[in-house]
Order: sequence, then structure tokens, then C-alpha cells
Amino acid sequence: MAAQSLDMQDVAMNGTRSNPNSAFRRLLAVIRELLGNPSSGFGLVVITILVLTAIVAPLIAPYDPNVINLGNTLKPPSAEHWFGTDELGRDIMSRIIYGTRISLTIITIVSVIVGPIGLLVGTTAGYFGGWYDTIMMRITDIFLSFPSLILSLAFVAALGAGLENAIIAIGLTTWPPIARLARAETLTFRGADYISASRMQGASALRIIIKSIMPMCLPSVLVRITLSMATVILTAAGLGFLGLGAQPPLPEWGAMIATGRRYMLDNWWLVAFPGGAILLVSLAFNLLGDGLRDALDPKQR
Amino acid sequence: MTAIDVRNLSIDLGYSSAKKRILGDVCFSVEAGESFGLVGESGSGKSTILRCIARLLNLWEGDIQLEGRSVNDMPFVEYCRAVQMVFQDPYGSLHPRQSIRTALQEPLRIHRMDRQVERMERALIDVGLDPAFLSRFPHELSGGQRQRVAIARALILEPRILLLDEPTSALDVSVQAEVLNLLADLRAKRNLTYLFVSHDLAVIDHMCERLAVMQHGRVVEVMSRDVLATGQAKDPYARELIQASLEYDHAV
Repeated sequence: MAAQSLDMQDVAMNGTRSNPNSAFRRLLAVIRELLGNPSSGFGLVVITILVLTAIVAPLIAPYDPNVINLGNTLKPPSAEHWFGTDELGRDIMSRIIYGTRISLTIITIVSVIVGPIGLLVGTTAGYFGGWYDTIMMRITDIFLSFPSLILSLAFVAALGAGLENAIIAIGLTTWPPIARLARAETLTFRGADYISASRMQGASALRIIIKSIMPMCLPSVLVRITLSMATVILTAAGLGFLGLGAQPPLPEWGAMIATGRRYMLDNWWLVAFPGGAILLVSLAFNLLGDGLRDALDPKQR
Repeated sequence: MTAIDVRNLSIDLGYSSAKKRILGDVCFSVEAGESFGLVGESGSGKSTILRCIARLLNLWEGDIQLEGRSVNDMPFVEYCRAVQMVFQDPYGSLHPRQSIRTALQEPLRIHRMDRQVERMERALIDVGLDPAFLSRFPHELSGGQRQRVAIARALILEPRILLLDEPTSALDVSVQAEVLNLLADLRAKRNLTYLFVSHDLAVIDHMCERLAVMQHGRVVEVMSRDVLATGQAKDPYARELIQASLEYDHAV
């Protein structure tokens, strides 16, 4: 299959100057490979459903997630309310559906912050070496030596509770492993002949890092980000649960579990459904990450 | 004019008692338009000298002059236009994720050269490849084709001096001959100066007018090509090396 897709690339690229077409085709090939494996296929399908749900949330949610109906509190799952209602009579299914938007926002912003920071710190540290490397890696070590939830707690406590601050705090605790990974990858490439050749052609350090080193690190960094998304979701839920993340009435899954905790023994559906959603999505990200590693990492072939 | 003049080039690694001499007082000079060979056994320091001249190693002492100017005084941009290098392993010297077009265009962009498309196509034609190869990736090429691309990349900045680090040793014998003939043709056409590292005396004999024999980081003898045929080297090690090579050729 790989050889076939290469041929297709070749045909697509012939004669054209740039090759967005081939990048698109490569993406299709990766998606096909992910779907070919049951576990990564499951991950990809769940995450696709998650994204679609977030986009069309107002259309598919049966009720408004924030409308309080005190005459209809703590109803068990029924035909009318599939996942039951909470202590204020809000429909849990609608809240979970709207909650996908919050989870996706967190994931998107965290990866947008974390990917470039980790990549930049790691590749520059690996390429330049010396005291710059030492300083950068000691900073990374300091971040790594705290459990991520505790460190995020400290940041949120310093910055103040709220969804934005929770996102920043999670971002600050997620970049170090990515920087480590990017540095390790860079160390294996920096002595390569193609880097020497590029240096002899007069390329600046910045040019070498951006054009030659970053593309080599990108696949493994991408895999690492996908795998850490599960942790990000759990940390966000944990912060929400502790009341430091999303604030009520936002339908964040962790916060929903936190408020449902008081009624948990008699009304299991208050925590079971948000908990199940968290489980499903973090599992999906883990499986997708594993699949991506097989599909993208050149060393695995 | 002297193209490359190496004077007392030495490298020491380690400190005080653990100090170890990697290169010791290497001296030789290469005339412009000449092809000069460096031979010696593995670990004798041939490639290290090349990397010093290529400014990929900076921990050396002594003096390296290119066209009468010390390499450390040359502005790097000017240096790049004067000297380029072809590496030993064609599988490691091309970026695996860059197309041939990117590999050839990068140096042109860095040095802001004009007529880039024309130059890239010309460079491929000069090394005997079709311009359609521009859109290929290294993994789609054979070893010989890759080495041709590496040569095209080195020549696209129109350098006057080419450093060749065993450019054919990773290639199949039949492809070796093709690449060597290509290098010889290019030198004749462009009046290039070659500094050619190899452990294969037959290759050196074919490519170079003069050569230096190295052992344990020292140049033991600088000789002309004729000596290779007669085996009348002054230094015992050089004599032994030539003799061994001749016997090997007979055995094959």
C-alpha cells in the first residue's frame, strides 16, 4: 500500500511547482492507515464524532444546557431525558453535548501553545548545545519534577480560577516532555551529513533548525501531543472537579462530576455519563496517538 | 596560484595527561585546477582534514589558506561560494524529507542568486540527470542518482574548490566508474580544484595528479601519480600501501 501511495504522489507532483496536492494525498494515506487498524480507527472515529458534535451542538442537543427546571430535578434516564437530569433539572445529555465544545477548546488551545513552544525549545537546545542546552533542559527538568495536576493547581491558584487560566496552566505543564522529545530527536540529526551540507551552503542556524530539523521532529512531536491530549483532558476535568477550572454554569465535564458528586449515591447518572464521556475521549486520543506513531514515525518502518 | 595551502594543521583532544594528538603538523598545498588525493588507512585523519577545511570542525591549530587567504578571515558567504563538499554517504547527505527541488533551491535562495529555475535544471543536466528529477524525493532515487544530486547541489553555487570525501566508496562498482568519470568531466569543463579523499589507490590513480599518503594523523609522503605505477615511494609505509594495493589488484 505504501508503494502504491508513493506512486500516486509521484503522479500528482509531476510538473507542479509546489505540492499541496501531495501533502493532501499523504494525509489521505495516513487516514487510510489509521482506519485500517481497529484500535486507531476507533480513536479516529470517536474524535471525528467529538468534533462534529461540537460543531452542530445547538442542532442536536434536545434542550438548552443552562435552562433550570426545578420541577424536573434528578430524573433518571428516560425517553424524554436520555441521560437524566441534574439537581437543577438541566438535561445531562445536552450538557455533555455542549461540553464537547469546552473540551475541544481546551485541547486546541493547549496544542497550539504547547507544540510550537516544545518544538522551539527542544530543537534549539539540541542544535546549539552548550550552556544554552544546559539552561533550557534544567528549566524543563524543574517543570517535569512536579506532577502536572499539582503544578497546574499552583498556576491556577496564582492566576485565579477560570477556564482561560486553566488552559494556560495546563499549557505550561504540558510542553516540557515535548521539548525533551524534540531535543532528543535533534541530537540524532544534528551530526547528519545533510545538516553539514546545509551549513556549508551558508544556511543560518535558524534556517537549518526551521527547514531541516523541525520537519524531522514533527511526526514524533505530533504523536506525543496527541498522546498527551488524554492527560490534558483529565487534568482539565480534574481542575474542573476541584472548582478551579471551568466555572458553573459552564457544562464542563469535570465540573459536572464535581457538582454531581453530592447526589452520586442515589443518582448515579449525574456522574456516570460525564465520566463516561471523559473516559471515551481520552481513550480515543490514546489509541489515535498510538496509531499515528505507527503511521507517521519513519523509524517504525 | 595555490588553491589550498595547509600549514601545520594539528588537532589535540583531551587535556594534559589524557591529551591525544589526532592530527599532527599536516602540511600540503594544492595548485588551482589540480586534483590532489589524500590516501591512508581508516582513522588516519583524511576526512578530519577535509572537515577542517570545510569549516565543520573548528578546534584545530595551524593555518589553512584558500587562494591566498586564511579561511578564518574569509566572510562565510564568500567562503561558501568558493568551496563546497561532496559527502561519502549519498543516503545520509540528502535531507530525507526535502525534494530535490528544495535541496537545490536552498543554496540559491540563501545566496539570492538569479534565474533559479534555469540554474537548477542546468545543474541536473550537467550531472546527467533529467530536470524532471526536481520533483522527486531522495528515497525515490538510487545511490548513484543521489550522489549525482549531491554533486549538483555542491556545484550549484559555482565553487572553485570541491572537497570530495570518498564520494564513490558507498556505491556499486559500475556506478563508481560513472560517478568518477562525471567528476573528471566536470573538473575539465569548469577548471575545478579537487581535494579527493579515498582509501582506494586505484581511484586516486584515476582521478589525481598528486597525492599525500597519511598514517596516524600525519602526512608521511607527498608524491606524484607516477610513483603509484612504479611503487618507488621513499617512505616505507607508503611503499607498503602501494604494494598491497597492487597485489590486491592482481588478485582481483
